[in-house]
Amino acid sequence: MSEVQYIYDKGLKAMEDMNIAFASGKGGTGKTTIAVNLAYFLACSKQKVQYLDCDVEEPNGHIFLKPTIDKSTPAKVMVPVIDQDKCTSCGECSSHCQFNALVTLPGNVLLFPELCHGCGLCVYICPEKAIRDGDRGIGLIEKGIATQDIDFIHGILNVGEPMAGPLIQEVKHHYKEHHVRIIDAPPGTSCPVVKTISDADVVVMVTEPTPFGLHDLKIAVSVAKNMEKPIGIVINRQNGEFPPLETYLLKNDLPVIMVLPEDREIARHYSMGDILLQALPLYIDRFMELAVNIGRLLGKTKTQVAR
Amino acid sequence: MTHIKEMVVVSGKGGTGKTSITGALSFLLQDKVIADCDVDAANLHMILNLDEVLLTKEFFGGKKARIVPERCTHCGKCRDVCLYDAISEDFVIDLVSCEGCGACHFLCPAEAVDFDERLAGYCYICSTEDNGRFVFAEMLPGEENSGKLVAMVRNEAREEAKKMGHELILIDGPPGIGCPVISSLTGTHLAVIVTEPTPAGAHDLKRIVELTNHFQIKTAVVVNKSDINASYVEATRQLCKDNGLVYLGEIPYEPKITEAQKEAKTILDFAPQCVASGAIREIHTKLQSILEEL
Repeated sequence: MSEVQYIYDKGLKAMEDMNIAFASGKGGTGKTTIAVNLAYFLACSKQKVQYLDCDVEEPNGHIFLKPTIDKSTPAKVMVPVIDQDKCTSCGECSSHCQFNALVTLPGNVLLFPELCHGCGLCVYICPEKAIRDGDRGIGLIEKGIATQDIDFIHGILNVGEPMAGPLIQEVKHHYKEHHVRIIDAPPGTSCPVVKTISDADVVVMVTEPTPFGLHDLKIAVSVAKNMEKPIGIVINRQNGEFPPLETYLLKNDLPVIMVLPEDREIARHYSMGDILLQALPLYIDRFMELAVNIGRLLGKTKTQVAR
Repeated sequence: MTHIKEMVVVSGKGGTGKTSITGALSFLLQDKVIADCDVDAANLHMILNLDEVLLTKEFFGGKKARIVPERCTHCGKCRDVCLYDAISEDFVIDLVSCEGCGACHFLCPAEAVDFDERLAGYCYICSTEDNGRFVFAEMLPGEENSGKLVAMVRNEAREEAKKMGHELILIDGPPGIGCPVISSLTGTHLAVIVTEPTPAGAHDLKRIVELTNHFQIKTAVVVNKSDINASYVEATRQLCKDNGLVYLGEIPYEPKITEAQKEAKTILDFAPQCVASGAIREIHTKLQSILEEL
């Protein structure tokens, strides 16, 4: 076996049962493109792959992977149901609610369901036992099989629904064992991203060499570093040099695990909903390199844990 | 009293060019306060001609629980009531999982759980070179409650508009359709959606249009990078027609927008003669007349 083949096989082996999350900070840097194509590449390399789209506000992975959805289940969160007959309007529930979801008026208690985080504190705190658990739909979980037998799952947040967090958790409840799990995170750097990458074994940050891209990358990296995640950087739409990015990566010891050039052909196929590797096989080597590099990052974490 | 109009630029999908276009429009619009409500990853300040930071305010997002080991009796009540599995078997609270609901704090029989507000970010009020004001914020990495911080930015912007006697607030919104987007949209007078002609752009456009309809906000659409795929441009125009939205126009893909960004300028400042700048000027003219009618 050649050395390259050996490293490559070792890399793939290291990925089994691992959670590989794709984040970026800035939106539109190519997170989904890279995640989808890595999933496709690994599936073509006879790996069992699961693709989990945690960008529940605007899920896009299905546009490229085109799964056949065979199961669709509503996702629900707890909301209080108030028995107005038992309620004495004492105000205990609303004064304890941290999210201002309950307002006590003389004679009844009003619930604002979209503010409720479903914590259940009001159920416990009500001295009259006038509140019980109810539920409320916040979105859909869809499961299916995509191209190359990729196990596909995504969450679709109801329009007008602010609570992305519980739906992201719900998507992650469907982890499949013995699969490489590719997780597409939402843009940004706050709670939905934190929830998505919380159990990632490695975080791949997809950035673009622009001031906006770099600014948001720095924030996203600090989030992942706080969570002690190994990080690999993918530079997308590389077009000449952008020294501030290079300096930042060098200074912070962040490894570049793949570079994709600015290529109008990539943009054109993206705009047609194509899988890049199907349309432009010349990029297969880059994804092989990406797989090997992620395998290396995972290898590193394992030794660190062992120590 | 003057009537303040709020116009918000949103996109659903990230990376469609929202901030570059907001920056360019701010260059053309007069007597306005600008607010960057993308508090996760604020970028607009990087291309505006800012004068100085006039005021920095602290933002407290919400409370987080912390178990004090000396008082904890390991009874397990907190673990029973926490619906977020945020409390470990050895009674340490994971700050990532903690939603800040306070159930453990209020229900702990030993009163062993502290529950304090945490500094979650900063809000900045700046002056611009054209005698306007600019409000933006920074969340501390990984903090929660971005919707609440958006509300703070918008409040500060309204206060500044009143003080300055400006009648327009131009808001750069976050991507997505969740909590911070809803907080950026509610109560505004005009939503401008920046989309791109790709399947992902079209998919996300439909969802953000549903959202602005839900809040009954007058909505206008701009197609950025319009020369990538003509069929989606046509589909977008049709979508506007079918849903009673204003179709503002198209901006072709322009590499100079990135160059402008590298020079910390808006495209109108950097390359006023390029095709994209011309397109943005036309869009501005249309917007101006919509704003007058509001």
